[in-house]
Amino acid sequence: MELVIAAAIGILTASGVWLLLRPRTYQLVIGLALLSYAVNLFIFSMGRLRVNAPPVLDGSSPVDVSAYTDPLPQALVLTAIVIGFATTALFLVVLIVSRGLTGTDHVDGREDG
Amino acid sequence: MWHSGLLAALVALPFVGAVLAALLSSNARNAEAWLAGTVALGGLIITASAYPSVVDGGVVRHTIEWVPALGLSVSLRMDGFAWLFSMLITGIGLLVVIYARYYMSPKDPVARFYAFFLAFMGAMLGLVVSGNLILLAVFWELTSIFSFLLIGYWHHNQAARDGARMALTITGTGGLCLLAGMVLLGHIAGSYDLDVVLASGDLIRAHDLYLPTLLLILLGALTKSAQFPFHFWLPNAMAAPTPVSAYLHSATMVKAGVFLLTRFWPVLSGTPEWFAIVGLAGMTTLLLGAYFAIFQQDLKGLLAYSTISHLGLITTLLSFGSPLALVAAIFHMMNHATFKASLFMAAGIIDHEAGTRDMRKLGGLFHAMPITATLAMVASAAMAGVPLLNGFLSKEMFFAEALAEHQDTLLDGVAPYVATLAGAFAVTYSIRFIHNVFFGPRPADLPHEPHEPPQWMRRPVELLVILCVIVGIIPGIAVGAFLETAAVSVLGDNTPQYGLYLWHGFNIPLLMSVIALVAGLLLYWQLKTYLRTSEEGPPYFRRLRGQRIFERILVTVSWRWARALEAALATRRLQPQLRIFVALAVLAGVWAMWGAGDRWPEFTARGLDPVLGVLWAIGAFCAVAAAYQAKFHRLAAVILMSGTGLILCVSFVWFSAPDLAVTQLLVEIVTTVLILLGLRWLPKRDEEIYEGVDTKTRLRRHRDFAIAVAAGVGVAILALLVMLTPLPPTVGDFYLEHAYSEGGGTNVVNVILVDFRAFDTLGEIVVLAAVALTIYALLRRFRPAEDTSELPYQQRDQNEFDDARMDREVGETVKDYLLVPSVIMRWMFPVITLLAAYLFLRGHDLPGGGFAAGVAMAIAFLLQYLAGGTRWVEERLRILPVRWIGFGLMVALLTGMSSFLFGYPFLTTYFQYTEIPFVGEMPTASALLFDLGIFSLVVGAIVLMLVAIAHQSLRMKRGKAPRQTSEGGQS
Repeated sequence: MELVIAAAIGILTASGVWLLLRPRTYQLVIGLALLSYAVNLFIFSMGRLRVNAPPVLDGSSPVDVSAYTDPLPQALVLTAIVIGFATTALFLVVLIVSRGLTGTDHVDGREDG
Repeated sequence: MWHSGLLAALVALPFVGAVLAALLSSNARNAEAWLAGTVALGGLIITASAYPSVVDGGVVRHTIEWVPALGLSVSLRMDGFAWLFSMLITGIGLLVVIYARYYMSPKDPVARFYAFFLAFMGAMLGLVVSGNLILLAVFWELTSIFSFLLIGYWHHNQAARDGARMALTITGTGGLCLLAGMVLLGHIAGSYDLDVVLASGDLIRAHDLYLPTLLLILLGALTKSAQFPFHFWLPNAMAAPTPVSAYLHSATMVKAGVFLLTRFWPVLSGTPEWFAIVGLAGMTTLLLGAYFAIFQQDLKGLLAYSTISHLGLITTLLSFGSPLALVAAIFHMMNHATFKASLFMAAGIIDHEAGTRDMRKLGGLFHAMPITATLAMVASAAMAGVPLLNGFLSKEMFFAEALAEHQDTLLDGVAPYVATLAGAFAVTYSIRFIHNVFFGPRPADLPHEPHEPPQWMRRPVELLVILCVIVGIIPGIAVGAFLETAAVSVLGDNTPQYGLYLWHGFNIPLLMSVIALVAGLLLYWQLKTYLRTSEEGPPYFRRLRGQRIFERILVTVSWRWARALEAALATRRLQPQLRIFVALAVLAGVWAMWGAGDRWPEFTARGLDPVLGVLWAIGAFCAVAAAYQAKFHRLAAVILMSGTGLILCVSFVWFSAPDLAVTQLLVEIVTTVLILLGLRWLPKRDEEIYEGVDTKTRLRRHRDFAIAVAAGVGVAILALLVMLTPLPPTVGDFYLEHAYSEGGGTNVVNVILVDFRAFDTLGEIVVLAAVALTIYALLRRFRPAEDTSELPYQQRDQNEFDDARMDREVGETVKDYLLVPSVIMRWMFPVITLLAAYLFLRGHDLPGGGFAAGVAMAIAFLLQYLAGGTRWVEERLRILPVRWIGFGLMVALLTGMSSFLFGYPFLTTYFQYTEIPFVGEMPTASALLFDLGIFSLVVGAIVLMLVAIAHQSLRMKRGKAPRQTSEGGQS
């Protein structure tokens, strides 16, 4: 279980980093999106993987902490997902504007490998 | 007992005055002068009233805690020495304010002048009463900044700008050194508190870091007090208005350096290093300043070099390390402030009334302004050290100290000769000042007909000169007690026995004085004719100008070296920077793991679920394929990327994170729509062009591939290590235990977001709003690139089809395209709205919440755009996303602030369960309102972003065809 998720994080990171190092702005946007998947999954996994133990309480008291997952990484990731969307949108718009202003979609604003 | 709060008032008063002065009309000369005068007088009265508390080594302290954990506090401390300086600052400040009222021209914007002047006074007062090292450094820098603004007051004048910049560069650099020195000093003493530092002198002098600390502090003090080799900024600062020079360069700014040396004299002085550095700097400055002063043609230039020389005298006295020399130094600080301020003012009067400060053009003014001339004569006699005046007394003390043996070095041996020679030079330039200006033939071509100034312009000078005489004749009665108070506060039990008398009998210092007077007189006699016509500056040294060296260094460092460094190390290209960044991150990870080699957890492949394995095989395939396709097949890349996103979403469900799954799913939808909207504006890319890849490119790709794989493997190992380590008790347990009992919700993730960590969430929604507004602003005035402005291929094809058929109008096919889905999408609007409401209301107890509901609601709006097109929607529905954002932010903030009403901190929540008809029992926590804010903001932000991009297609058409509709909607 852990091995699968760790491998997934690794592959997502590698794909994201590869795209980050490419010269075209669109590759960069996709790369950042993939990287943010990897990072979200990584942060989420910091609370350890638990199956069938939701962070929603059943209302009984006192609360048995061991029956639930760690809610904190989930809260962090939840906002990270929304902020991740916002940054993707921002990069996309910067991409469009930079393309309009410089006439190229190279990350440096001018052609030349 | 004097109330210590007055100390805070003393420092705050000038700053408040400065703000008020800045608000007054720029030509309200009288109102400004009254305001500034009142502030200075108020400061003077407060300081004077503190005298009983500081006499006999008394100290007044007032502390306002700032960051107690770091030992930082706004701690003010006034002892006798600080008291003396406060008196000088406020007293001479008051006189200068009166003087400036008459000096400044009606054309000058006086509001700015008085505002800076008062702020400077506040900074200076803060500096002398600082009881904390860091605070002292802060006020020190403030004096540099305000003196910069004051010197550059006439900023239309090139010389004023250059002089101001040079003063700031040198004193500001010195200030940074001082800050570093203060940090070291605080580190050695173990506290930034001045009292603690002053009490640990032995510890500091014996410490390994003594020398660096000393050097740094001396750099600060010597630059500020214009000591050699940093002296050259002071003559250039003479481009300032004369009241500024009279204040900054006699009593305050330049005195800050010697103030600091005196302040830390008990802990730093007495070592060979101290004497060598401070003594060498002081004596060189003393001699060179006096020599240079003789050859100046500008009145203020002469006074500037004389000031440098007198500061050198004080520095030399401080370098001796003997208590008696310290007393003499303090005494000379007072005396110099008195006579130099009056001389600067006199020079200003001459400039003002005769129209020039050039001594080659001046002469014979005695008959035109006899009173001013008499005053100036007395003041320069004090400067020259003539008996019966205050300058004589401290100079005698200096001669006596120069004679005394302090350290058996060459420097100590030459001290008496240097002192006598400098004394002779001082006599020469003082005589020159008087003789050149007031006697001799009167030139016919003076710019103005000279006459006496307005009487209130002269009053400050009169008062100061009278003080010079009184102190000179009856020193013990006039200032003896105050000097004693100041000396005791610095020296404590080491205060020596001394007497302030006019007549000490026939002794060697008196002989030195006589030699200096006679030699100075003879020297002037020799140089008289030469000086009448000579160039500015002393012979031989004329070419060696500090200013030019300074500028050359500045150009070399800030331009040549910086450029070379940039060329060698920097790049404007993104890829190499990212490559280095990622590679470094990988190396840092490897390094960290290397060190933790023996603490790796045992590997256990527990519960390998084949379904999960298959899922992630798909997810990984999608990710790699997206990476592969992103260059040429952008649409495929988006689809593949969403595939990975969906697998991620499933994983969240799998691992008990329903909230994340919901949010991820919804965000996945908007991200896809967003990228699809953006795809339209990218250039076409032909695969064939890039067929021939050269070796260099191939090599680079291999390298990038290696870096990417290394990063991936590293992160995977890191994640695996963490996941295999058992989870220690975390703060999460606290949230689980208290979510229901204190937050009133069973969905702990949501309770964390809107209650426990609501402040973080507030920050995050602000980021979201800022991003949305940035996108809106970026796209508002932007037109897409030309080659993407054609209609998409499909629409052109459909229009051609219409064109070819007789029974169809152009555009009909485009309009009816995908008619059935768009009708369904329109119908979906109420359904999705209901879903959003449902997600929102259940959020506190079950998966959902403001974020998810907001994204869902935004999707509802988006579908309408997709179904009907931008125009169709905006003709029927005004969404106004910016208002949604504003409303959301306001609700969130007001909810947070409402807790103030009940006396709780920001964002304290309140909850209870209420029965709502038809819905059932509902948790109505104030957190729900906060969540409403999140909801509204998320809707607004997402709609604003997507609509801004969608509007691009409208703008382009508008450029070609005549306008059909007015600017639609918000975007």
